[in-house]
Amino acid sequence: MSGTVESGDEVKPVVASPAAIRWERRRASMGDAWGRLRSDRLAMISLFVLLGFAVMAIITPYVSDRADISAVNTADNPTWASPSSEFWLGTDHLGRSVALQVMWGARVSLFVGLAATLLTIVIGSVIGIVAGFFGGWTDSVLMRITDWFLVIPFLPTAIVLAAVLERSLWTIVFVIGITSWPSTARLVRSQVLSVRSRLYVDRARALGAGRVHVINRHIFPNVLPLVMASTTLAVPISILTETTLSFLGLGDPTQVSWGAILNEAREKGAIDRGAWWYYMPPGMAIVMVVLAFTLVGRATETVLDPRLRER
Amino acid sequence: MSEPVLSLHNVQVQFGGGRVHAVDTVSLDVHAGEVLALVGESGCGKTTLIRSIIGLEPLAAGTITVDGEKVTGNARGLRALRRKVQMIFQDPSGALNPRHSIYESVAEGLRIHKVKGHEPQLVGDALAEAGLRPPERFFRRFPHEVSGGQRQRVLIAGAMALRPRLLLADEPVASLDASIRGEILALMRSYVDRDGVSIVAVTHDLGLAWNIADRVAVMYLGRIVEIGPAEEVLRAPQHPYTQALLSVVPEIEGMEQQILTGETPDPSRVPSGCRFHPRCPLVANGEAERRGIIDKCRGVDLELEPEVGEHRVACHAVHVTRT
Repeated sequence: MSGTVESGDEVKPVVASPAAIRWERRRASMGDAWGRLRSDRLAMISLFVLLGFAVMAIITPYVSDRADISAVNTADNPTWASPSSEFWLGTDHLGRSVALQVMWGARVSLFVGLAATLLTIVIGSVIGIVAGFFGGWTDSVLMRITDWFLVIPFLPTAIVLAAVLERSLWTIVFVIGITSWPSTARLVRSQVLSVRSRLYVDRARALGAGRVHVINRHIFPNVLPLVMASTTLAVPISILTETTLSFLGLGDPTQVSWGAILNEAREKGAIDRGAWWYYMPPGMAIVMVVLAFTLVGRATETVLDPRLRER
Repeated sequence: MSEPVLSLHNVQVQFGGGRVHAVDTVSLDVHAGEVLALVGESGCGKTTLIRSIIGLEPLAAGTITVDGEKVTGNARGLRALRRKVQMIFQDPSGALNPRHSIYESVAEGLRIHKVKGHEPQLVGDALAEAGLRPPERFFRRFPHEVSGGQRQRVLIAGAMALRPRLLLADEPVASLDASIRGEILALMRSYVDRDGVSIVAVTHDLGLAWNIADRVAVMYLGRIVEIGPAEEVLRAPQHPYTQALLSVVPEIEGMEQQILTGETPDPSRVPSGCRFHPRCPLVANGEAERRGIIDKCRGVDLELEPEVGEHRVACHAVHVTRT
């Protein structure tokens, strides 16, 4: 590690600018983390899988037409066709291509997964940092609210919210975000409590640092790795939740997501008909993405949290 | 004498909602260019006292005056205070953020106080003054890449970069190898001699007090029981507690060893009367009774005797002899 930092040290001008030093240090530590991540083969395969799905989600609108999976345009297609050269993954009861549905579904599933995670992490981190840093009265109030959200049974709440609110993707994102932030908040708070009691926080205060400085320079950078690991682990949960809600018919009826495809397949009796090409592809996609995110998340956690790796 | 750099007046610090009197009515003056050693057993409140001076512990009562200005607890007051007063810590490994380079750590205070000047130059000068030469070699290093002694020098550089009037040192060499303690103490002394900085150093090591201090204050259970010029306090201690402390220092010969008995002091249950009387050898061997002060020892709380020169003691036996 010191090798990369030190190389070229001697030939550099004696006084480098602070920004340059900071930048160099950041680059070195990023390279360091990347190097450790690369040595984890499972994580690299997972990253590759995720990259594949991401590329698929991005290019789908450019290589296909959303109208092709609207039932009004598929009257001429064979129904319940098994995979062929024309329909790679066969067709459903309306003659729509399953392959196209899965490709379009990836967009919705990944979008909801990422957006809901972002919401979860932002709410959870802000509440966790504020509660942990300020402590006392603020902490008590915020943690009681957190507990309250933590004990609400998730599925009934989600069903009620999804039923009451407008049926849209944003509702799904909101429902997932609002029900899953408490565990992140608790996690972040405990890390903040531990960092806050470190001697270097005392030193920063003795140097004259205010709260903003202490949070920005000491608390947040030490909580960030945890937040990032928690993010990668929250994405699969969000995707699964979206699947659950869509499978239960609570999703946006105008959108095709993996969960919605599964729901449709079940309703139309794909299993009884032995139309495996209808329910297997979305199911496999969910399993692969969730597994990949989880593996990457675990690896990130190990790389970024010094306590999980040997010095 | 000139106006003191630091003046404490009846300072009290309490924990546990007033149950524990960590610091109980301490008054103290520190003058420019003076090194005061604060000695005492673990838990006597010496660290709490210096933490309260820099505002890391809130005062329950009393006032602190720095450079003639009363310290206020609000954000602006604390910031101004921390420009004039700085602190270094017992554990330099823990006091440096492991994610920050040495450059960042030293520059932190300069940035907080928006000190004018070319930052790399200021950081370099501070490191060089603290004996880390050439400073550029240390800029990019991280705390775990340098030795313990160097880490303490980094802390000192970070504190002294702000050019404080007063440096508080909490057991500055306790976590260091014996071989480099002397160097760090000499370094601290050099700031005093060159810049006229004052130092309040907390230590349980009387040898350290002997080495760098101009004055020594001995604390027991949150209160100063003896204070005076280092030579006098250490050569001719008056308080039985100071005598007991000194008698067990191996380098000091010619004193009969006194091992203190009785329960260890507990700041949540301060004894009545003189707070040292349950462990006082004078009480234990009947000396106090012979002198007829035993009732006072048991019943009358006392502080440092009023002005009787430089060397002051809080002990009934000493007060009686002098009057």
